[in-house]
Amino acid sequence: MTSLLKNSELSIEKADKIVSETLNSCDDGELYVEDTKSETIVLDDNKIKSSNYTSDLGYGFRAVTGDTVAYSHSNEISEKSLKNSSDNLKSTLKNNSGTYNSEIKKTNQKLYKDIDPIESKSMKSKIELLNNMNEYARSKDSSVKQVTASLLAEKKNIEIIRSGGELLSDNRPLVRINMSVMVEKNGRKETGVYGIGGRQDYDEYLKNDNWKKVCDEAFRIANTNIESKPSPAGEMKVVLGPGWPAILIHEAVGHGLEGDFNRKKTSAFHDLVGKKVASKGVTIIDDGTIDNRRGSLNIDDEGTPTERTVLIEDGILKNFMQDRLNARLMNTKSTGNGRRESYKHVVMPRMRNTIMLGGTNTQEEMIKSVDKGIFAVSFGGGQVDITSGKFVFNCTEAYEIINGIVGAPIKGATLIGDGPSSLKEILMVGNDMMLDPGIGTCGKAGQGVPVGVGQPSLLINNMTVGGTQL
Amino acid sequence: MIKDQDYLKKIADICLSKSKKLGSTDASILVQSSVSENINVRNKKLDGSERSENLGVVLTTYLGKKKSSIASSNLKESNLNELVDRCIETMKITPEDEYNSLPDKDLHFSGLKDLDLYDETHLSNEDKINYIKEAEDEAFSNNKIVNTNGSGFGENKSNFLLANSNGFSDGYKTSQFTAYCEVVSKSNGSMERDYEYTSKRFYNDILKPKELGSIAADHAVKKLNPKKIKSEKISLIFDKRISKNFLSIFASAISSSAIAKGTTFLKDKLNQKVFNTEININDRGDIKKANGSRYFDSEGIGIINLDLIKNGILQDYLIDTYNGKKINRKSNGRASGTTNLYFENGSKTFSELIKSEKKLLYIKETIGHGTNIINGDYSVGASGIMIENGEFSYSVSEITIAGNLNNIFQNITLADDLEFNYSTNSPTMHVEGMIVGGK
Repeated sequence: MTSLLKNSELSIEKADKIVSETLNSCDDGELYVEDTKSETIVLDDNKIKSSNYTSDLGYGFRAVTGDTVAYSHSNEISEKSLKNSSDNLKSTLKNNSGTYNSEIKKTNQKLYKDIDPIESKSMKSKIELLNNMNEYARSKDSSVKQVTASLLAEKKNIEIIRSGGELLSDNRPLVRINMSVMVEKNGRKETGVYGIGGRQDYDEYLKNDNWKKVCDEAFRIANTNIESKPSPAGEMKVVLGPGWPAILIHEAVGHGLEGDFNRKKTSAFHDLVGKKVASKGVTIIDDGTIDNRRGSLNIDDEGTPTERTVLIEDGILKNFMQDRLNARLMNTKSTGNGRRESYKHVVMPRMRNTIMLGGTNTQEEMIKSVDKGIFAVSFGGGQVDITSGKFVFNCTEAYEIINGIVGAPIKGATLIGDGPSSLKEILMVGNDMMLDPGIGTCGKAGQGVPVGVGQPSLLINNMTVGGTQL
Repeated sequence: MIKDQDYLKKIADICLSKSKKLGSTDASILVQSSVSENINVRNKKLDGSERSENLGVVLTTYLGKKKSSIASSNLKESNLNELVDRCIETMKITPEDEYNSLPDKDLHFSGLKDLDLYDETHLSNEDKINYIKEAEDEAFSNNKIVNTNGSGFGENKSNFLLANSNGFSDGYKTSQFTAYCEVVSKSNGSMERDYEYTSKRFYNDILKPKELGSIAADHAVKKLNPKKIKSEKISLIFDKRISKNFLSIFASAISSSAIAKGTTFLKDKLNQKVFNTEININDRGDIKKANGSRYFDSEGIGIINLDLIKNGILQDYLIDTYNGKKINRKSNGRASGTTNLYFENGSKTFSELIKSEKKLLYIKETIGHGTNIINGDYSVGASGIMIENGEFSYSVSEITIAGNLNNIFQNITLADDLEFNYSTNSPTMHVEGMIVGGK
């Protein structure tokens, strides 16, 4: 029983036959079929600038033997096209032969509803919402000079057909509401950006005029930055706020704990399992099973049920995040981290919701303990060099701390640190763990996937701040 | 096999005539077909192969000043019909925008297509594997190279057709051959990665495999055993692979969309001195075989060459039809951005540049997204090599570099070593007095 091949020229029986015949002599692989509908509506410069609807259907056929992966994808769904792909896979793997591992865990996990968020709200009411957001944000202050608001909704249905005819499927809704406000005052221009989202209908996120809070927050950040002074440069103590600043965790250790880099021994963490990589009291998990979160999945893109994987426990490195290929080559089990952006992309170990658990300190005592440092509340993007372990992230809202007191806001600065050592520099872990508002997208090897992060407030002993004030 | 123009035209006609029938006053359509084949090798062993066949259509319909778009990879006629229906329905309830329109007919491209953008050479997977293994072999001949992150070879062929209800209909084939080699060096407990990358429209123009491997190895070895330096104000030299990023930043700051909205630090700077007087920046779409060359932009408007900066003075913006109307300017064919964008050569040699001050920091890599186009603030993570008395001395990492682009642009001096390796190209660059954040 398949729904995605229903209207195509390829019957499920034919697909099964080609899949089984191709993968028989391989270690692993599958046919992945994906049907994605998405809609983006953007209001920009007081106008509905664009309304785009995309409908994408295609398959990715993968065969794996040893550590060699052959992949072929197409959006022509036909017997001929799949046979071509099959020939292509066979030619790559002609010198290898394996034994198909048909074992895959089953689940009844239902972390989100099977809904179509695009159709759940009429086009008229979406346009009205964007207009309301625009007017509301502009009415906040005459210094608001530019507003961009957008609504994104997606319904991605996937099916995985394994050798032997086993079929696994998942229907994944996703929405995101974004707001960007530019404020101009005394010849200075600053922006504030905020957004919310997850795997529910728009209305769940819009309850109680929640969209106003999104506008308020974007305006607040822009308005704070307009008063900002140049950021200091050099090493200092950093207090991180709870929630979204956990992209520090994502960059500093998350990527370095993905199975592929460790199997290939190119990660700075590859020989540190069982060793102390973080301060006592630091526990980090990657959890794909939180209801309705942006990074949650019932099954990953290989069909493995997601789970809550403990990466670091009380400072000790416990596990890497694995897909089937890297797990097999490292003699362990997939942790349900095998993900891909779409049928056009190969599977890799990727994060889901990466979270540092709460501790016992208060944010107040962290700030009080700092003589000279910065208090970083919100961030833009981050990036990491897996091999050297160096990572950066960009502050979008930060303040100086002088003698235990939060002072003036400072201009957006880049913070740089060293992954394996920075977690050992954590002096206090807060009791205020919070998840991010549901807007993160992680990029790796050209593939973007939705992810979540979370953390409590943290006090870090030493990070380098990329300011302009010496 | 990529689809031919006849096939693409058939799809375009279905959508255009259907949208006309349903009441749209105007429409434009892009139909694309591409095939790419990639080979990955790691530690001189085949790591994977990837073949992709892509088809896609993007349709935009207009009802007077109302507009809506759909995109799909499913080109079955029944699906296309359904999507056009949806597009028209959405269009009808979308508010009017006075600036919406098809491009000016008079600016449509017409002319010879003689830029040599398609090389029909096809490499078998064996040939691709051999090329990239040879590159890795060469990299491993350096005894400090202990591992690879993977190296790859890709071949891409594509064809497209762009058409609109004003009578424009044209398209052409392009090809791209790409190879990269990413290696890991190790010494005294320090582990670093670095890469070299080559990408050209013609197979014969890409780097030879031995060159690719040896350059990648050299980069990775030079990064070993880095030191962290003290925070200080110091002049920087940007390696060519980084200096070209300043051109990309410049391009986004002069896009007509940012200019019209006022969200750029270069607003109201037309005819003003943005760089020092020795700097010239051009954008030329008509260089034969070049990566950024094209006949027309994504609206069908013919590409003209632009002297964007002349003697430091900003001469023009990058303009498309919609945003052009907002700022009262005609499109100059930049709806798809820049073409071959480059700094003209400076007057100093590379060696003169690195000897111009006693102490300079040579930047080979930046990480992070710390560029703010709105106010020009710039702050990124970086690594590189310290230059003392004109000699490369030790590698430096875990630092930040920061400044404001208004000042950075005024303080640029260029070497005379421009090469056309990518679509955006710069000579080696010296920037006076930036702030390095370190210890």
